[in-house]
Amino acid sequence: MTKADIVEKIYEKVGFSKKESAELVELVFDIMKSTLEKSDKIKIAGFGNFVVKEKADRRGRNPQTGEEITITARRILTFKPSQVLKASINK
Amino acid sequence: MTKSELVEKIMEANSFLNRKESELVVNIIFDSMANALKDGDKVEIRGFGSFTVREREAREARNPKNGEVVTIPAKKTPFFKTGKELRERVNCL
Repeated sequence: MTKADIVEKIYEKVGFSKKESAELVELVFDIMKSTLEKSDKIKIAGFGNFVVKEKADRRGRNPQTGEEITITARRILTFKPSQVLKASINK
Repeated sequence: MTKSELVEKIMEANSFLNRKESELVVNIIFDSMANALKDGDKVEIRGFGSFTVREREAREARNPKNGEVVTIPAKKTPFFKTGKELRERVNCL
């Protein structure tokens, strides 16, 4: 499934034009991206939570050369699926 | 940000949309993604990320209360991989 399939669903169910539906889907993901960019979390009941986590510097190794390197501090995005989503996938 | 705050933001950005329509759009987006995963399909949103279903094998674990060995059955779990654009934007310090 891609964005195009979601656009199609909105077009069918809400009756907006394909162009409007596509703009709305784009808008929703854009809002989510700018929210996460600010390190705010997003909680979608029944689906899951998107949370930005801070990672400290840590030592790592290049698996090809065995060379020791420092993995720099960074922010990463994690998704924690809701119980409802997990349960429905296992049904 | 919660789902209802997301609904608000969409209305602020698109003044032609009323609350009901905005809610409907948000619900369709997440419901259709959840349904695809339920069917074992992959969901790919360019610039945002992709959702897949991963299989977890059955494993043995211990009940931490009484030390009893229990078998945890095989199960499926949703997995999210952040897309390149979003990963870079989130990490932009």
